[in-house]
Amino acid sequence: MKYVDEFRDPVKARVLLKEIEALVLRIAICRQRPLQLMEVCGGHAHSIFKYGIEPMLPKAIEFVHGPGCPVCVLPMGRVDDCVALAEHPQVIFTTFGDAMRVPGSKKSLLQARADGADVRMVYSPMDALKIARANPHREVVFFALGFETTMPSTAFTVLRAEREGVKNFSLFCNHITIIPTIKAILDSPELTLDGFLGSGHVSMVIGTAPYEFIARHYRKPIVVAGFEPLDILQSVWMLLKQLTEGRCEVENQYQRVVPDAGNDQALIAVGRVFELREFFEWRGLGSIDHSGIRLKESYARFDAERKFSVPNLKIADPKSCQCGEVLKGVIKPWDCKVFGGACTPETPLGALMVSSEGACAAYYNYGGVDLARLIRARAEEAPAEAGT
Amino acid sequence: MSRVQTLDRPAQASIRRRSGKLRDSRITLSHGSGGKAMRDLIDDVFVGSFGNAVLEPLEDQARLNLTDLVAQGDRLAFTTDSYVVDPLFFPGGDIGALAVNGTINDLAVSGARPLYLSCSVILEEGLSVETLRRVAHSMAETARATNVAIVTGDTKVVPRGAADKLFINTAGIGVIPENTNIAAERARPGDVVIVNGTIGDHGAAILCARQDLALRTTVESDCRPLHDLIDAMIKACSDIHCLRDATRGGVATVLNEFAQAASVCIRFDETSIPVREPVKGVCEILGLDPLYMANEGKLVAVVPKDSAEAVLAAMRAHAAGREAAVIGEVTAEPESVVLLRTVFGGERIVDMLVGEQLPRIC
Repeated sequence: MKYVDEFRDPVKARVLLKEIEALVLRIAICRQRPLQLMEVCGGHAHSIFKYGIEPMLPKAIEFVHGPGCPVCVLPMGRVDDCVALAEHPQVIFTTFGDAMRVPGSKKSLLQARADGADVRMVYSPMDALKIARANPHREVVFFALGFETTMPSTAFTVLRAEREGVKNFSLFCNHITIIPTIKAILDSPELTLDGFLGSGHVSMVIGTAPYEFIARHYRKPIVVAGFEPLDILQSVWMLLKQLTEGRCEVENQYQRVVPDAGNDQALIAVGRVFELREFFEWRGLGSIDHSGIRLKESYARFDAERKFSVPNLKIADPKSCQCGEVLKGVIKPWDCKVFGGACTPETPLGALMVSSEGACAAYYNYGGVDLARLIRARAEEAPAEAGT
Repeated sequence: MSRVQTLDRPAQASIRRRSGKLRDSRITLSHGSGGKAMRDLIDDVFVGSFGNAVLEPLEDQARLNLTDLVAQGDRLAFTTDSYVVDPLFFPGGDIGALAVNGTINDLAVSGARPLYLSCSVILEEGLSVETLRRVAHSMAETARATNVAIVTGDTKVVPRGAADKLFINTAGIGVIPENTNIAAERARPGDVVIVNGTIGDHGAAILCARQDLALRTTVESDCRPLHDLIDAMIKACSDIHCLRDATRGGVATVLNEFAQAASVCIRFDETSIPVREPVKGVCEILGLDPLYMANEGKLVAVVPKDSAEAVLAAMRAHAAGREAAVIGEVTAEPESVVLLRTVFGGERIVDMLVGEQLPRIC
């Protein structure tokens, strides 16, 4: 723990906060409206809430919690496909823990397991491969999920399965890529974002170059940020510095982990087994071109979607949900009509309430006292509304 | 699925007491059949280990002397808990020690003196007898060390797959002394919140003991009885307001229970919560929060401010409270909420968990 404590030092935080306050005064926009900074990654949202960072910042800075929680943005139809695969009598369905609770249109994987499906929680795709080796007469499906952060470990596992000749292992591939999604958000007409915190974990794989278009084409500053509280404060400071100096650049705050060029070996492995899908459906954002990843034809034998038939139905997000507007920073989570009433972490309607990294769930669980009061008031009104 | 029932013991059992000798190496359905195999199992494994005057007549029930009970207080405390931990043996304890200490602690946090336990086991066909012996021995040792008698019990065997190795249920009876009134609803603004040591040890030890994680740490479960510590605390302050052992759901859950039961706010400070370095490390790697991790030898106390020093001193003088620390205070507003001041200086709400604490993927 001695390696992280120094990034959580409250004394250093106060110094940074003072400088941030001074910079805010020099930014013209802040005199008209709050500055909106989007942290793209769910990991950042988690740290911001866990350490109570937002209330420490000047009121003129607002975080907009972006689409970077892969569990949240998974559409209901894909969860239904997971459940269908898991309920196949021949299948052992393996998944990361936090995907187990995501509701499908009928049930979550946790409920499917209670109903008799063989669903097992793993910490790495290699664990799933191990289960496949130990159960040669069953089909082991791994629920591959996440952005570029988790893609290489899935790719390496597929390459290993190929090398070892394992035939009963396949992926239900739901990997997604962040860049087209950021682009979709930037193209949105309602956009008011002023800058981005880029995901340190994703960048560790892809490097910093893929973000260049944000600075060059859309004229928004972006700082690739680490996940400790001081990392986040320093990154905010770097963004403000760019704004005061009228610069729009890609800067790398997380240099101790992120090489500007990314990780070659990881990218080569990803490139060998994966390719882009034409389009992919995101919960809360709709269909986004070239944002999904699937196995290449040459690895089709490891693709659960080709090995088994899945329903592959599109299930529309509930109409009452305003996840898309929250994701783009147009409204705050609590401005959504169903927040805290019909939509809670126990019974999530929208994507952002699903995982602890979703913005709505984070505000629900970690929000301040005023929010706690609001939630209580809405919970009391909820029974009447829930039937509608 | 058919479950094999235990039949009543034959009338001559007491004459044949301890004559039974278990020679099998694995539990079979016949050990739950009510016949000789079961009698041998009970005599050899359980009576042999637990041996005490209340148990040994081996009637269908334990008979407890009321006069003795009445002399010790004015209310009975009665509780039950089932133990299904996997793995059965882990650094710092095993399911047997847990089954005794856990129920003792559930009694003790009412201020009761724990006196009697029952022991009911559900065995999966195929369990090694050696494993069962180790567990029974551990239960007996723990009970002896805490001066609590295991006075009645039951054995069932279920077919392979119908249970996981070994489940234990223990019920417990204790006596609450007069004028002791410890209850969650008694937390008052101004009160001080204390824990008796490092949190999350048990949860982290169990996570690491499960082979699938391949995490190696030095952390051990904190599994231990707390009645003696609680006795010392009550001697230091006869008016302790709330006490609860922070088992599943951890310290965060207990604080929420207090805040809701008493309609008060509990504010606490992340830097004042004792957490061992390896536990922090395990939580960091898996994306878990020590505040929600299970403990098996940790309690949260709410005491009047003017007694806090005395209670803390009494706790620190006791082996089960050496690392006791004040972690927070009770305020009136906002009611029914738990607020944490983070290491970083921010403030946030700490709520009850929704479902199980699941590791985050990234």
